[in-house]
Amino acid sequence: MPKKITTPLTDDVIEQLHAGDAVQITGTIYVGRDSAHKRMIAALDAGEELPFDPQGQIIYYMGPSPARPGRPSGSAGPTTSYRMDPYTPRMLEVGLKAMIGKGNRSPEVREALKKHKAVYFAAIGGAAALIADSVKEAEVIAYDDLGAEALHKLRVEDFPAIVVNDMYGEDAYEKGKAKYSKVG
Amino acid sequence: MREIDCQDITDTVARLCIEANYYLGEDVLNALRGAREKEVSPVGQAVLDQILQNAEISNRGELPLCQDTGLTVVFLELGQDVHVVGGDLNEAINGGVRQGYREGYLRKSVVDKPFSARVNTKDNTPAVIHTDIVPGDKLKITVVPKGGGSENMSYLKMFSPAAGRQGIIDWVVECVDKSGANPCPPVIVGVGIGGTIDQTTLMAKKALLRPVGRPNPDPEVAEMEAEILERVNELGIGPQGLGGRVTALAVHAETFPCHIASMPAAVNIQCHSARHKEAVL
Repeated sequence: MPKKITTPLTDDVIEQLHAGDAVQITGTIYVGRDSAHKRMIAALDAGEELPFDPQGQIIYYMGPSPARPGRPSGSAGPTTSYRMDPYTPRMLEVGLKAMIGKGNRSPEVREALKKHKAVYFAAIGGAAALIADSVKEAEVIAYDDLGAEALHKLRVEDFPAIVVNDMYGEDAYEKGKAKYSKVG
Repeated sequence: MREIDCQDITDTVARLCIEANYYLGEDVLNALRGAREKEVSPVGQAVLDQILQNAEISNRGELPLCQDTGLTVVFLELGQDVHVVGGDLNEAINGGVRQGYREGYLRKSVVDKPFSARVNTKDNTPAVIHTDIVPGDKLKITVVPKGGGSENMSYLKMFSPAAGRQGIIDWVVECVDKSGANPCPPVIVGVGIGGTIDQTTLMAKKALLRPVGRPNPDPEVAEMEAEILERVNELGIGPQGLGGRVTALAVHAETFPCHIASMPAAVNIQCHSARHKEAVL
């Protein structure tokens, strides 16, 4: 049974999440990817405020397809997370509690998750039309000129995800592969 | 000489861009259903169920299969007896991409100034266009929206001939292994062997267009494809990298003669959203 969690995330919620757990997320999540992260880190470097308060929040690495009239969102599956690795430790330092994406994270990011009590979730890549169903509202909140890479704020209900990296150093990709590998 | 008008080309490309992004090919769907039957990992089974459910949703024509509607690669087979009229052929292709990505609510995922400002071109142009001149009086257009995640997992190696068959097999398996979950498994692995650096990478991409799982007609290439597929599926990466026995749906290899000093090889990976549609004018 998936664990139902709501945002913002607190430490005691993070403590209960383990690699491999299925979750359903309800509440606000923020959406940003390559270019938005570059701008946010530049803002932090310049001592400026971010376009949103990151405390307890989740960032979803995603760039949606355009929404048809009458729909809150287009297709909304994850983009590959390793590209955001260089920016992630700084985001965790300022209070971000979780990220959603797909693909493995660097050792530095995994260490930062332990240090700051945060988690990394994977959403199913390419199940983008299915995921769109859990997006109830969407708006661009910053960097509008970036088009698909703009910073968005979403309200989601029962957004499906799987814990890949927990705050204890475990990794669902490594565990899964070890279980089914016939090599070595 | 047979005339083909640029407006027909534009309209066809626009239609193919939309169809490719909404309607997954029957061969891909069958391969995914077969994978679901074969997969023993419960998480892997659940992932494949969601991928198949996703295809049903997008088949209704409202939401594309993936939010990454790709950089548009277009293959043309232009009959040498065709006379293209009414404009510039490449402009007509790009016009079709512009029209299709606008009308189909597809994401504009192309940036200019790749190493500096990376400014979105706002209309998903330019397409990457490959043209072969062939006998006859037809124009075959294949539109391939290629997602960035899988495309980033591309590899090239200029082997010494001494590395041999085993060297290539070991390397291709290693490429899929280190790609892990990034290219959205289960994947189709395109392999090019021979030619030159440009020819071999192009072959690796063209290999992805084959009906899923159809072997190369040359028995010794087919044998290599089967061996790579078996070893890839022993890696245990599984659907979305969460562990399982189906990491690849198929391996397709294409070969070409090469220089006596060389053995170039390339890998181009296709995610499970294997999208391509074609039309003949």
